[in-house]
Amino acid sequence: MGVEGIGASVARKEDKRFLTGKGRYTDDMSVPGMKYAFFVRSPYAHAKIKSIDMSAAKDMPGVIGILEGKQLQADAIGNIICGWMIHSRDGSPMKMGAWRPLAHETVRYVGDAVAIVVADSLGEARDAAEAVVVEYDVLPAVTEAVKALEAGQPQLHPEAPNNLIFDWQLGDGDAADKAIAEAAHVTEMTIRNNRLAPNPMEPRATLGIYDSAEDHYTCYTTSQNPHVARLVMSAFYNVAPENKLRVIAPDVGGGFGSKIYIYPEEIVCLWASKKTGVPVKWTCDRTEAFLTDAHGRDHVSTVKMAFDKDNRITGLKVDTIANLGAYMSLFSSAVPTYLYATLLSGQYAIPAIHANVRTVYTNTVPVDAYRGAGRPEATYLLERTIETAARELGVSPAELRRKNFIRTFPYQTPVIMTYDAGDYEASLEAAMAASDWNGFAARKAEAARRGMKRGIGMSCYIEACGIAPSAAVGSLGAGVGLWESAEVRVNAVGTIEVMTGSHSHGQGHETTFAQLIADRFGIPIDNVNIVHGDTDKVQMGMGTYGSRSGAVGMSAVVKALDKVEAKAKKIAAHLMEADESDIVIENGELKVAGTDKVLPWFQVALAAYTAHNLPPGMEPGLKEGAFYDPSNFTFPAGCYICEVEIDPETGTTEIVQFVAADDFGNIINPMIVEGQVHGGIAQGIGQALLENVHYDPQNGQLITASYMDYAMPRADDLPSFKLSHQNTPCPSNPLGIKGCGEAGAIGSPPALINAITDAIGNNNLTMPATPQKVWSAINAVN
Amino acid sequence: MAKVKMTVNGRQVGAECEDRTLLVHFLRENLALTGTHVGCDTTQCGACVVHMDGRSVKSCTILAAQAAGSTILTIEGLASGGEMHPVQAAFKANHGLQCGFCTPGMVMTAVDMIRRHGANLDEATVRAELDGNICRCTGYHNIVKSILAAAAEMGGVQQAAE
Repeated sequence: MGVEGIGASVARKEDKRFLTGKGRYTDDMSVPGMKYAFFVRSPYAHAKIKSIDMSAAKDMPGVIGILEGKQLQADAIGNIICGWMIHSRDGSPMKMGAWRPLAHETVRYVGDAVAIVVADSLGEARDAAEAVVVEYDVLPAVTEAVKALEAGQPQLHPEAPNNLIFDWQLGDGDAADKAIAEAAHVTEMTIRNNRLAPNPMEPRATLGIYDSAEDHYTCYTTSQNPHVARLVMSAFYNVAPENKLRVIAPDVGGGFGSKIYIYPEEIVCLWASKKTGVPVKWTCDRTEAFLTDAHGRDHVSTVKMAFDKDNRITGLKVDTIANLGAYMSLFSSAVPTYLYATLLSGQYAIPAIHANVRTVYTNTVPVDAYRGAGRPEATYLLERTIETAARELGVSPAELRRKNFIRTFPYQTPVIMTYDAGDYEASLEAAMAASDWNGFAARKAEAARRGMKRGIGMSCYIEACGIAPSAAVGSLGAGVGLWESAEVRVNAVGTIEVMTGSHSHGQGHETTFAQLIADRFGIPIDNVNIVHGDTDKVQMGMGTYGSRSGAVGMSAVVKALDKVEAKAKKIAAHLMEADESDIVIENGELKVAGTDKVLPWFQVALAAYTAHNLPPGMEPGLKEGAFYDPSNFTFPAGCYICEVEIDPETGTTEIVQFVAADDFGNIINPMIVEGQVHGGIAQGIGQALLENVHYDPQNGQLITASYMDYAMPRADDLPSFKLSHQNTPCPSNPLGIKGCGEAGAIGSPPALINAITDAIGNNNLTMPATPQKVWSAINAVN
Repeated sequence: MAKVKMTVNGRQVGAECEDRTLLVHFLRENLALTGTHVGCDTTQCGACVVHMDGRSVKSCTILAAQAAGSTILTIEGLASGGEMHPVQAAFKANHGLQCGFCTPGMVMTAVDMIRRHGANLDEATVRAELDGNICRCTGYHNIVKSILAAAAEMGGVQQAAE
């Protein structure tokens, strides 16, 4: 490892622009003639549109154009799609209701877009939008998935009777039933996974620019995957053919999943730019973000976990109802199925598993992947259940987990996944040592003397990352492949540009990807530029989500580097009259091993481009591309321990320590990996203690639509975290990387709730564990 | 419309703007200083923090007209001569930022916090003082570390000068 190579905590190359106000986010973009958009949105959760009257609004100051859904449909702009086909257990395909970018017949959630106003200033656009008169015939609304399935409830889409999208299963139901019937002990629970709003700090924004001379569109947008946005807008939404559409995702201020999807606003602003003849910029305000960004989680499950007389888990049966909101978002069908039920084995050898998942339409904003996406739901369900089982069985939660750990690899679970490598005991032991688990009883006693209730809880998580082997996901219904691409372009002076299909929106790729080159060739990272986020500059790529940029994106870079290295060595061998196999690259030089013959890197690059003296038949240039398609998922795993102290007078929870022990395989930049874990844990603590999206169940109004009402984790809600890493390198990719982006959000919620329920002696507690709920739970058992 | 004049990052500036224009929009739209960000509508997130006459303020909650005649420092004006301010340098050294969106507000808040507390800052104070700045990426761990490191360094410099 060099000072900038693999394994070094290199400070980030991209930081200076963010720290000096020179970041370039979508809302910072400005082009000549640019105008501002504001969307007219439904104030009702469910209604028929009777009429839209724009006459007063059209004459308002500054108004350039007002456009509605009928015009969009007349121009053949397509409906928004879900890209992952799921079949119900009866073989029927999922029931996809129409999602129009601008509704013109029915609105199905508060915030559903109805019209776009384009004006000289944002203020004028907003004023005119208020003057657009939409007459609605208000219909009854339903916001909760369990209720939406019941008879007599409002029906959202004619395609989906009883609001049921699909009724899907995975695993062997008979085997799970048999295990439960024959069990020495069965732990049964009902588990709610609360609905969350992702809340990247940069609100979504888009700038649509139509060039009539070239019949060409440019879309600046807050996207985690600009190429996927271009593909979908071209192939399904009929905005423009791919060669006529450039999508640029410049600096993007966080995503957490919510910026994967192609929303109505990107489509409508591009279309509106052509209709009005001006570039159109739209920037979401925060309340609009709460109303319209895809939400996460929102599951209700029942679970039965069966044990034999030796406390070994013999079976697991799960029944889940998942709320997908008013329409099916891009990957919404995959989240509560293949990203959820496939992880229900956790870290444990469970011979029989069965999951039944029903997904449901409600009058709420669509629900899709949010940091962890299905895996937090699986982990919370399992880790709450096994913790509860340990209490019921009267055994240590650590020992019960230890007894059931998978210990030999590869391990085939009953729910599709083949775990390739892991050492769950190592993380458990590291976390227990770091938290001084054995000293807890004394700390609890000391807290009790102060009148405080102290509790400790753990969680052993596993997730599937490195998303994903294309053929495998294709066989499960995915509409796309999930490979990644890279091109390594060595300039004639030896500096390097790397074009990657991964997209960085906080992950630090401009540094970590450059470290791969520094490691390989000994070139300073300042001589390496990472280019991403622009479909004109970068070859087709699949973007960043599912902790895939290291395991998949970097692997593509490695493959391209292999080709560059091979060609550079051939050139160097030719120039130094040596055998290619004797060439080594070190510290920016190509050397003939065992001799003093040496060529600096830049001379080899220059030779490739002057082409005066290349090996016979070799093409000039030094530029190579690669596509990498993973052969398996990767399986990060770890153990989190949380210790809390609760004031029984107020129900307030203080996290007194939080320990994370993670196995991410090999690590490129430990500082950045730790940052990812910190952020993930904070979001997990947010889910467990603070955050909850609440719709009024009577009328479907979003109650938590601002930071005054939705409790974001703040600095004084959180402790500092104690981290450690274990390492079983991933065998399926060249760098041995597993991925680290989502672990914190996956592993932390059950650790926290296990700790709180341990402290208060009442297991009946739902997330978020607000002081009011905790206080009530304490008093319910007193 | 009114002409609003103020001093921003050491320069006298003036521009015509609507009466309802907020300071943050004046900075971003009229002066093209896009380093100051808007992350919410309710004065909660602090992405828009700038200094007005030496004190940190949320520029989303002040009309441009209210700032007329004042001296404003934004994130763009903090570094001097290409050299980052010690707080900026500390954020880089301690990985106190990820996506960078909340960062300008965090840094401007931190500079003001250190001005008021000096080297006496401790973790609990930093966390309490950050109540008005939301970050979704870092879990605050490295932001707190960055601010404490900057405070120690800046306090040290002050002591050395005395």
